[in-house]
Amino acid sequence: MFTNRKSITGLVILGLFALLAALADVVAPFGPLEKDYTALKQPPSATHWLGTTHLGEDIFSQIAHGTRGVLLVGLTAGVLATLVAVIVGVSAGFLTGWRGESLSALSNVFLVLPAIPLMIIVASQYDDPSLFLISAVLAITGWAWGARVLRAQTMSLRSRDFVQAARANGEPLWRIIAVEMLPNLTAVIASSFVGTVTAAVLGLTTLAFVGVIPITNLNWGTILYWAQQNGAFPEFWWWYVPAGLAIALLGAALSLISFGIDEYVNPRLRSAGERARLQKKRTKRSTA
Amino acid sequence: MRLLLRRAAFYLFTAWAAITINFFLPRMLKGDPVSAYLQKNQGLVSPEAADALRTLFGLDTGKSLAEQYADYWVLLLSGDLGRSFSHGLAPVADVIASALPWTVGLVGIATVLSFLLGTTLGTLVGWFRGGRGDVIVPVATFFSAVPYFWMGLIAIAVFATGLGWFPASHAYGKGTTPEFSAQFIGEVIAHGTLPALTVVLASLGGWVLGMRNMMITVLDEDYVTVAQAKGLSRRRVVFAYAARNAVLPQLSSFALALGFIVGGTLVMELVFSYPGVGKLLLDATNAKDYPLMQGLFLVITLTVLVANLLADVAYAALDPRTRQGEV
Amino acid sequence: MNRDPVLSVSGLSVTYDVDPPVEAVRDVSLTVGQGEVLGLAGESGCGKSTLAYAVQRLLRPPAEITGGQVVLHAVDGAAGGDVDLTTLSPAEMDRLRWDQVAMVFQGAMNSLNPVLTIGAQLADVFTRHRPAMGRAERTATCGALLEMVGVGADRLRSYPHELSGGMRQRVMIAMALALRPRLLIMDEPTTALDVLVQREILQEISRLREELGFSVVFITHDLPLLLEISDRIAVMRAGRVVEVGTASEIYHAARHEYTKRLLGSFPSLTGDRGDFVRKGAAV
Repeated sequence: MFTNRKSITGLVILGLFALLAALADVVAPFGPLEKDYTALKQPPSATHWLGTTHLGEDIFSQIAHGTRGVLLVGLTAGVLATLVAVIVGVSAGFLTGWRGESLSALSNVFLVLPAIPLMIIVASQYDDPSLFLISAVLAITGWAWGARVLRAQTMSLRSRDFVQAARANGEPLWRIIAVEMLPNLTAVIASSFVGTVTAAVLGLTTLAFVGVIPITNLNWGTILYWAQQNGAFPEFWWWYVPAGLAIALLGAALSLISFGIDEYVNPRLRSAGERARLQKKRTKRSTA
Repeated sequence: MRLLLRRAAFYLFTAWAAITINFFLPRMLKGDPVSAYLQKNQGLVSPEAADALRTLFGLDTGKSLAEQYADYWVLLLSGDLGRSFSHGLAPVADVIASALPWTVGLVGIATVLSFLLGTTLGTLVGWFRGGRGDVIVPVATFFSAVPYFWMGLIAIAVFATGLGWFPASHAYGKGTTPEFSAQFIGEVIAHGTLPALTVVLASLGGWVLGMRNMMITVLDEDYVTVAQAKGLSRRRVVFAYAARNAVLPQLSSFALALGFIVGGTLVMELVFSYPGVGKLLLDATNAKDYPLMQGLFLVITLTVLVANLLADVAYAALDPRTRQGEV
Repeated sequence: MNRDPVLSVSGLSVTYDVDPPVEAVRDVSLTVGQGEVLGLAGESGCGKSTLAYAVQRLLRPPAEITGGQVVLHAVDGAAGGDVDLTTLSPAEMDRLRWDQVAMVFQGAMNSLNPVLTIGAQLADVFTRHRPAMGRAERTATCGALLEMVGVGADRLRSYPHELSGGMRQRVMIAMALALRPRLLIMDEPTTALDVLVQREILQEISRLREELGFSVVFITHDLPLLLEISDRIAVMRAGRVVEVGTASEIYHAARHEYTKRLLGSFPSLTGDRGDFVRKGAAV
């Protein structure tokens, strides 16, 4: 599922961001909060590739350093949320009766609760939340979607022959889930993981932009927050455009990976474009 | 019908869960700004208001948790959500009521518009797969990853400040009083266009892609082949046979995405200083106005639930299989 | 029995343009006479369904017709009465569809649009091909069609999921006969149904054929079934027609090795245990 064009493009872009995050100290010409009072609010130039803020901080360096926070929180939230989603979703799909129903109801409730207001209210309680705490809050609001999808998949797998055979053989429940079902659910789990990371990145940057997450935590959203607070708007486009573009680019990369997985899971999507092009060739040939 | 009843029961359950979470929320959060406030402003707060606040925030330690819970319900059912600190102790219910219509109007119209437009575009791109329309896929992918608020910023910079076509903020001009006049409605539309456009553009990509994928899947179904074998017009095959079926899962994901959409638009209200519940919530958070925050969370959640229910009704209307109870 | 031909397929070839290319139909030539039942038999994957789709220009990429002709005879308004379907434009083909040649598809499970009523799906055939028809007349005709196949006009407002498998198949047959086509292609119409229902459907088809006089191409893997109902049978294997003959010729004096093997694989209900259909014959 990772070899088609869309996945590869997405993975490459993601890889570039990961490199940026890891090598930020090396790649960025300045520290993120290093102030250069001789160059305030400068448009992009040779020294400052993306210009400077109202305090002379290099914006490119800020974005480079901010990548770390975004990726860390995104991935952590994704892992946490997917873990919960797998446990709740697969169990809900496999168990019948009131146990399965109540787990399903639980995930439905979390799905319907509006995430951002909840996150705003919870996050505003803490003065200096750690990265892990932020990830946890994002995970709590984001696990339900994956759980629902996994439940649907598990339910359809449950009635498949090989699972029935395992049950008839007397395999213990945990073994059926771990050995028989999970391998078949990998594609769905991967897709849901990617989706959760995307949502976490958007959630994080939104919370940072709103000012709910304190500015000590550097990420692309905080850059936008400072831009907004310090009147960057609208003339100093180099301050607020790159950060948003970075978010969009990362999100797009993750979506591409997700499509790649989708096409793997649903073969009809795979060659849809090629088949139609062949159709055109054919009609041209027969009317020639 | 049975399905709708089950869904209604589920929504009632979720509403109950939301209200209960709302009950526990302030009791879990640290600090006790409400007591501090009450002490500071003793003369200004009427006894009933003070009692209501105490019930809402779990400050009546004389009573057991169960009794507090019961009092809470009584309070809610009488429409009392407490008093807002940052709005001169006006009833929270009133403050929210003045902001809610703006959000519902803006979000409601923009989201529905985006869904309809995106679904139609997705239908066409899905049908004409492999053609020039496929270029929309990477474009839509990129746009679907753009945060609403950032798009709002760009929109203001380009269209309001740059081109001067639209006003940059608020729902109507400063100094204008809301009334039912043509001029006021005109102002509302002028001020609302940019925010609505932002929401539409930012969410369009997702619907286009989803519908495209569903169309491609449905076009392989036997009944579409039969429709073509019958020699039906292309328009009928695309819309009555393919799209009518492909739109159903889309409607489901629309219902599920409502919570997320609402979240994004809330922040966008901040960008546009639009007087909806989003801006209200953010202001309340900054001002540590707990009664208002609590009331807003409740109202927003219940609104999303109602919207979900409406989407489910629409689904049931479109899919005859649901009427027999089994889906 | 010399009948006027309704359809002549000559040298038809269909290839799936994948890597490596798959020749699903190789140089097939067949004729279908007026009012006759031509059975098309063969194992799964021999190309019989592909052939059926090709004849009606319903192939989807990557499948494409790579050679041959499909000629429809005695078509009103055509010069000389013959039309080569492979050379028609999509618009011209659409006009002939269902009017001259109609198809009953395999597995009525999924052949009906789940969100439209039965009546709507019958009616849109008329809306498209008989635009002059008024609404009342259209509804009456659709009702009559349902009565004809034994489903009952009260089902016009039902949805597909409300009908049983057998009833859905009957609806498909009614739909196919709506415009009184001269040729009906049936692709495994009874395979998904249980035996009793199968019997009823087949009797229905026979009765309608006597009444309306159309030709049938009956595609199935069930050779003994064809022996019962067909006038002539064509046996396909790996994309080619290996033998064509009358039903009794095939039964008593099959010439091709594969035909004999096919006949010999069906267990017999009569005779001793372990016997197959053609006990004692050269197998």
